[in-house]
Amino acid sequence: MPAVSDAVWSEQGTTPDAIEAALRGLLAERHSEDGGFLPARVLNMVAFVESEYSGEIANRLRGVGRYHASRLIVLSYEPRRTRLDAHASVAAEDEAKPGDIVLLHETVIVELGDRHLDDLLTIADPLVVSDLPTLLWSPHGHPEAVQALLPLAQATLLDSVDEPVWAEAIDRANTLSDRLYVVDLAWLRSTPWRERIAATFDPPALRGELEAIASITIRHHPDSTVAGMLLIGWLASRLGWRLSPLRAEGDVLSGTAQAERQEIALRLQAAPEQLVRGLAGLSIETASGIQLRLDRGTGGLRAHQRDAEGREHEWTILGASRGEAGILGEGIRQALLRDPTYRPALQAAQQMLP
Amino acid sequence: MSTVEQTENPLVAGLERLPVAPTTLVIFGATGDLAKRKLLPALYNLAHEGALPERFHLVGVSRKEKEDEDYRDECEQAIRRFSRRKPSEDVLQGFLENVKYVPGEFDEDAPYAELEQVLDEFDQEAGETLNRAFYLSTAPNFFPLIVERLGARGLSSHDDAEVRVIIEKPFGTSLQEALELNRQVLDVFEETQIFRIDHYLGKETVQNMMAFRFANGMFEPLWNRNYIDSVQITAAEDIGIGTRAGFYDQTGALRDLIQNHMLQLLCHVAMEPPVSFTAEEVRNEKVKVLHAIHAPKSEQVPEIAVHAQYAAGHSGGEDVPGYLQEDGVREGSTTETFAALRLEVDNWRWAGVPFYLRAGKRLARKITEIAVTLKPVPHLAFSQDGSLGVKPNQLVLTLQPNEGVTLQLGAKIPGSRMRIRSVNMEFLYGTSFMSQSPEAYERLIMDAMRGDPTLFTRNDEVEAQWRICDPVLQAWESSGGQLPQYEAGSQGPSVADDLLLDGHHWRAI
Repeated sequence: MPAVSDAVWSEQGTTPDAIEAALRGLLAERHSEDGGFLPARVLNMVAFVESEYSGEIANRLRGVGRYHASRLIVLSYEPRRTRLDAHASVAAEDEAKPGDIVLLHETVIVELGDRHLDDLLTIADPLVVSDLPTLLWSPHGHPEAVQALLPLAQATLLDSVDEPVWAEAIDRANTLSDRLYVVDLAWLRSTPWRERIAATFDPPALRGELEAIASITIRHHPDSTVAGMLLIGWLASRLGWRLSPLRAEGDVLSGTAQAERQEIALRLQAAPEQLVRGLAGLSIETASGIQLRLDRGTGGLRAHQRDAEGREHEWTILGASRGEAGILGEGIRQALLRDPTYRPALQAAQQMLP
Repeated sequence: MSTVEQTENPLVAGLERLPVAPTTLVIFGATGDLAKRKLLPALYNLAHEGALPERFHLVGVSRKEKEDEDYRDECEQAIRRFSRRKPSEDVLQGFLENVKYVPGEFDEDAPYAELEQVLDEFDQEAGETLNRAFYLSTAPNFFPLIVERLGARGLSSHDDAEVRVIIEKPFGTSLQEALELNRQVLDVFEETQIFRIDHYLGKETVQNMMAFRFANGMFEPLWNRNYIDSVQITAAEDIGIGTRAGFYDQTGALRDLIQNHMLQLLCHVAMEPPVSFTAEEVRNEKVKVLHAIHAPKSEQVPEIAVHAQYAAGHSGGEDVPGYLQEDGVREGSTTETFAALRLEVDNWRWAGVPFYLRAGKRLARKITEIAVTLKPVPHLAFSQDGSLGVKPNQLVLTLQPNEGVTLQLGAKIPGSRMRIRSVNMEFLYGTSFMSQSPEAYERLIMDAMRGDPTLFTRNDEVEAQWRICDPVLQAWESSGGQLPQYEAGSQGPSVADDLLLDGHHWRAI
């Protein structure tokens, strides 16, 4: 949501105390302009970004609309920088109208360099709003910065498909999950798929078929192997399957899982034709001959179901795609919730690493 | 870790949206205002979010002759005009593909026969038996007729699937009518199949009242007659009746707002904590509150109830007509545009605490709020120092326009003397949550399709509401004569003050 009006401040060679005082001043200034201007008080977000990509990150964050963090602190890193510079803005998302409240969102960009890395925590800590949860995001990696800022955060945002080596992404998410709540965009992209699998087997008459799943095939964007692994990990953790490492052959991963009654054939396959990250399609078959197939389509997922008698039906499951900007906004929203099924799915995915 | 031996679906844990069984929704009154403004946009928004059942069909039933295509065009226009979000073309077209229309008079057999055929075709096409939900969005006089015809056609049940009926308000216009309507509906459907809509219950802020009361330990010790002096519930509108004279002149403020919405709010304030948040437990507790309110005897009505009509005045800086000058209002109409009641919940927790309810049109501004006033402190040591405006603490839950909670506290005025005045500690939902609240109808339609009746009114609840309001209406009808007037855009009629016990005041609107 673009800001309608901004109050801004900047200073070169500044200090965290000065930035914090400036933010207080800007908020007081906005409130005195109109009593209806009130600061959002939901979530702090601390983003550690490389300065040369900070414009791209700013664009992504602008796309999150109403899921903008109440206070966004961007630590813009340029290795050779020696001076701490900062820009702060307090933006209103609408015109003030009598009797209405208009939310203010605060953004601070702190430009820093190598010499500040050891002090990251003491730079960011005074800038977050006390008593609000803090979400940490480091889209360009920099595990050392993440490590330094962890004591400040209650949740961290990552996108497992961003890691160059997908197996390492699963390890990393698991390690972070030991410390704080992880919001993984790769997991969020699979939400509609998980909802639909859950819905398919929700009627009591079909629930027993969960015990009879015999095979799963997942097609995914070439960079989204982790998304497929997480989906299988989710089914395995919810249904109590025992897992073993998958075999890698070209762009295919395959293997088996062991359920109480039978073995389940697993297959993950890259779909080069898919242009957007995430899953392209999946197929689940049960021992009694039921097959559910879901494919990405316009206006929602395309479902194809074959029942035990071999009758086939196809339909579209309505739902608008959030798009990549929507996924980032959803990630920010999820920082305030807790999905108890992600971590077990992640741990299950780790057991399948080749 | 879950196993499939559990009866619960192990895959739903962690999902924000629970699965809803494949359903065909039939809207009776499909071309009416409610369908266009609320129901169709709500259904589209559910589709947009991927929240509708994965197999979903919509059938519109109405008296006007038209083809499926024409009705789809009407649906499209309504969604484009009234949806809270800009429609996605792909989703909208996908949604409209599954829409059919059945024309016919509600008292004839033909539309029900055609409807049955359409529903069966959907089942065959899907290869499974779809749940059916009948939404009665017609004038209330058609409710018993439609229900009876559905039953006669055998559409009130369906092999291997759930059939539900959703009934819009008003559920009767008197106790007698409500009893009769309940009897007629229950002749055809089981109570578990019936979903009586009170859309206030679908509002996030109303639901949040239970969270506020039962998830915060600090309020419960004070939430009783020992500490609470009075409760005021206000539903004020600054607008007049607009184009709704036909409906409003037959209804009035008591039937329109107090009998249903405001008594529901009262129940949320006064109910005991339910053992669990299941539909039956919550509704049992609400019914207990309603049963604890004595229906007034006719001679008591003037002491506990006030009604009035707005006269010409000023609203929003413009001259506005009085109620009797509004288009479509009967000459000499005695329909009230303002109603206020003083009720008592006669139980252990609330005995002696007055609950003031008021609702009206063309008042100073639009606000819906619940104000809980605590008893004053027993001794104010600072009074001799000239404290200003010390008031008992007041907790105000605002439902609209800016949802939030305000606590009025006494605080020291800066300076060398110990002087006190009231200040506000404010919490506003808008500043503390990112998510946009869904429209009440979105939540209620989903709950009805899912079969969760928690946010719907049970038969005994409706009847208990009418038992409180019916004697008031009867007394007003028998008293006749012109109603007291209040100037449009004002705080309401001065006669409303007659209800107040000593030391009490209406909050400024």
